[in-house]
Amino acid sequence: MTDCTRRSFVKGGALALVALGAAPRFLVRTALAQERAGRPKVLVAIFQRGAVDGLSMVVPHGDPDYYAARGSIAIARPANGAADTTVDLDGFFGLHPSLAALEPLWSDGRLAVVHACGSPDTTRSHFDAQDYMESGTPGVKSTPDGWLARGLAATPAPEPASPFRAVSLGAALPRILRGDVGAVAMSSVADFDVKEGAAAMAGAPGVRQGFESLYEKGVRDLLYGTGRETFEAVKMLKAAAPQRLAPANGAAYPRGRFGESLRQIAQLIRADVGLEVAFADVGGWDTHAGQGNERGQLAARLREFGGGLAALDRDLGPRMSDVVVLTMSEFGRTVRENGNRGTDHGHATAMLALGGAVKGGRVYGRWPGLRPHQLFEGRDLAVTTDFRALFTEVATRHLGAPAGPLFPGYQSAALPGLIA
Amino acid sequence: MRQGLGGAVAILVVLLGACSSAAPPAGGPVPVAGSVPAAAPVRAGRVVTLPASPLTPDQQILHALNRLGYGPRPGDLERVRRMGLAAYIEVQLDPSDLADPAVARALPAYPVLARSAAELVREYPVPSPQIRQQLASGQMTRQVVVQMYPPERRPAVITAQMQAARITRAVLSERQLEEVLVDFWFNHFNVYAQKGAVRWMLPAYEREAIRPHVLGRFRDLVLATARHPAMLFYLDNWLSTRADLVVPRGPNAGRRAGLNENYARELMELHTLGVDGGYSQHDVVEVARCFTGWSIDRPQQGGGFVFRSLAHDRGEKRVLGQVIPAGGGREDGERVIDILVRQPATEQFIATKLARRFVSDDPPPALVERATATFQRTDGSIRAVLMTIFTSPEFWSAEAYRAKIKTPLEVVASAVRTLDGRLAPGGPDRGGLGDGGTALAREVARLGEPLYEAQPPTGYPDRAESWVNTGALLGRMNFALGLAHNRLRGATVDLPRVVAGVDRGQPAQVLERLLVAVLHGEASPETRAVLSAQLESPEITRVTAYDRVAKDTDVEKLAALVLGSPEFQRR
Repeated sequence: MTDCTRRSFVKGGALALVALGAAPRFLVRTALAQERAGRPKVLVAIFQRGAVDGLSMVVPHGDPDYYAARGSIAIARPANGAADTTVDLDGFFGLHPSLAALEPLWSDGRLAVVHACGSPDTTRSHFDAQDYMESGTPGVKSTPDGWLARGLAATPAPEPASPFRAVSLGAALPRILRGDVGAVAMSSVADFDVKEGAAAMAGAPGVRQGFESLYEKGVRDLLYGTGRETFEAVKMLKAAAPQRLAPANGAAYPRGRFGESLRQIAQLIRADVGLEVAFADVGGWDTHAGQGNERGQLAARLREFGGGLAALDRDLGPRMSDVVVLTMSEFGRTVRENGNRGTDHGHATAMLALGGAVKGGRVYGRWPGLRPHQLFEGRDLAVTTDFRALFTEVATRHLGAPAGPLFPGYQSAALPGLIA
Repeated sequence: MRQGLGGAVAILVVLLGACSSAAPPAGGPVPVAGSVPAAAPVRAGRVVTLPASPLTPDQQILHALNRLGYGPRPGDLERVRRMGLAAYIEVQLDPSDLADPAVARALPAYPVLARSAAELVREYPVPSPQIRQQLASGQMTRQVVVQMYPPERRPAVITAQMQAARITRAVLSERQLEEVLVDFWFNHFNVYAQKGAVRWMLPAYEREAIRPHVLGRFRDLVLATARHPAMLFYLDNWLSTRADLVVPRGPNAGRRAGLNENYARELMELHTLGVDGGYSQHDVVEVARCFTGWSIDRPQQGGGFVFRSLAHDRGEKRVLGQVIPAGGGREDGERVIDILVRQPATEQFIATKLARRFVSDDPPPALVERATATFQRTDGSIRAVLMTIFTSPEFWSAEAYRAKIKTPLEVVASAVRTLDGRLAPGGPDRGGLGDGGTALAREVARLGEPLYEAQPPTGYPDRAESWVNTGALLGRMNFALGLAHNRLRGATVDLPRVVAGVDRGQPAQVLERLLVAVLHGEASPETRAVLSAQLESPEITRVTAYDRVAKDTDVEKLAALVLGSPEFQRR
């Protein structure tokens, strides 16, 4: 390595402390490894918990049966850019007007939709369906770990691995990242430290080291294992200080937990902490009653959702060439509107993929139709793309994960082909 | 730690004539340590027989205080020694005569607890859309709005007071098992405070549907929650009607209403049978049909349960193979509940969940089998199932001892209890701010499980994997630091009193006192070694630069380390 490249790397920002000799040794090695291997590919996985109505998110406005099945909650046909109508994508599908912020990404060829996507399992339980989508083993509950954790654990890491290969924003570590990859859960980047308070003496080892020692020893169990990972991560994050990075390129995240999560994921990516998989979830999709149409309950959730994704894309700018954002939800909702201007638990839904590596501007998957005989169990949108086909493609072709451990027992059908 | 093996004892206490204990006379702002138990009326006839245990007698007491309650306060160990462990368990299982003066003193500060939903709608109204509009358009200044809508009259106060009251009770109540069970059953029959009108119904829900039944009959819990406006609203059943109903009047006149499956599904999946309980989508629809018409009389005004016969599906239904004949009304739903609570799947599901809460994340199958049998034999007596669990060798086994990792609520409540923390009173005169309950509720939320704010109907998960992770562990250490340094406004600890009589120039003695006070000596050799090594740290011992002799021990830091230790995360 030449002095020149070292200087430019350090100048590049986050790891200035490497040059000052203040960073932990593993951090220096990670930095060097990254310089050799190039920046890691990043997958940002977003779970819409509660089962988003795919038919409202990506509207099949060219299918007359859609309007026949839905009275008050249908999204109006596109009307040449008129507000509060479907934003047309390809003449048949369109985005909910609350997702208008994503239209430029579609036109730019970086946003793809996979419609009628879902699980081969028929459960309509949120709990089970989320569990299956995260374990990656529909119908099998005994799987101990999550598919993202399995995939990443089997992917060669930059040597030595960063403690931030996998991060979930939120207080609890989700099922999808449980496993041998040592994923980190954090409520916020800023709070991810031991708060020693003003009384801490300068230069003293501090109470943090005391806590670290307490969790250093001891047998391998949940508490001690978690403790060790925690302190490794705290040190690295202190050195990289991602919280100092304000949103770039004028990106404006929506207020609330989801926007905050995405803003901090962008900070972690920009601070080069070795992030490969980030996870965030967003709730409020279980619209059994008063779902609304172009406006209302679901529209408000979608506005936050789309606004967050668009802000992340803008914030990361050119870095999006290394990033794929993948959205998922445990199932869709009934095709027919129920008696409370809402929808009940259904089957297939729509998922989005966004990023430089995505062959966007296209809706993937076969449209199964909405005629009564075409519906799953006579009521729901049928699944034509197994979620495992989509996830396999993103994990293998973008992250470089081996297909084997991702979805045990799954004989991969044809991949959708949306990753370049 | 296993020294009690040889001396394992079977204690037989016939409460007739045994000495029982009421609440100590003090609590709350007054430290309870060292208070003398008063004599209490004694109930006749029931027998608690504890099996042989490899634990020492003191370990058994600590185990009971950690499992039946939110951990020991100073003096609790001695108190249970005096009254007898079996008697303690007996009183906890039947606390109706147990005085609870500290709670009685603390709760009036949270007036929403006693209010009906209708009263709360009047006292904590939703800001009208007009006001929001006028504020947005600049027709009204923020100042005027604050005058019209002072913070203490906003709907958020309801949840805040509920949260503060819950943690206050966990810390102060003598009826520890009852409080643990309120947490357990509320979580089992979860409603989400932030969903629409639920907030105003929340105090009544816990007061009327949960608390009276936590040690009672399981069927009563299911029925009380099924009928309660909070549940009817949260899971949308109040809107569910027969499929062919055309709304006869009101703003929706002429619209077709219809079936809503939400409650029916969760009733079977989460409340009774369990997700593998052997029901089908067809059963979901049939159960939903049975509950059509179970509704709320004007939910936005805080109305109560109402059965709308016009909305009820009067056709024949078939639930889990049993026919519910045509022509029924409101009793169709009650019949469904009767069918569901007597299914073997329900008996096993509830027994397993209770065993998981009280014994271990993966409870021994033999114990679950016996608890299931008790459930069946007693037609769902929760008290009897708990009796089976508390008198099982599995509960008192070495494997179960300290095997559970504390939830966020448990870690906060137990830390305050073990240090005999004081909770400053809240109250309307203080705008509901500055009280200890609110401060502690905020800490519980920071650790990832805000009270009454679990959004999904599953409630919070009941296995430790879900709440032990890097971020949450840091949160626990920061909570320990905040509590020990009295940085939590309203919840304070008196560490000088905890180490009273110990020479603070002798750090090792200070540490020893803290280990006894917080961990009751149950620290691993590794933890002991690490903490002893910390005593060398100039931060802990505050040595002077001149003579390298410890002048004072930083008790706060040391206490924080002990509270943040792996041992204190277990119960």
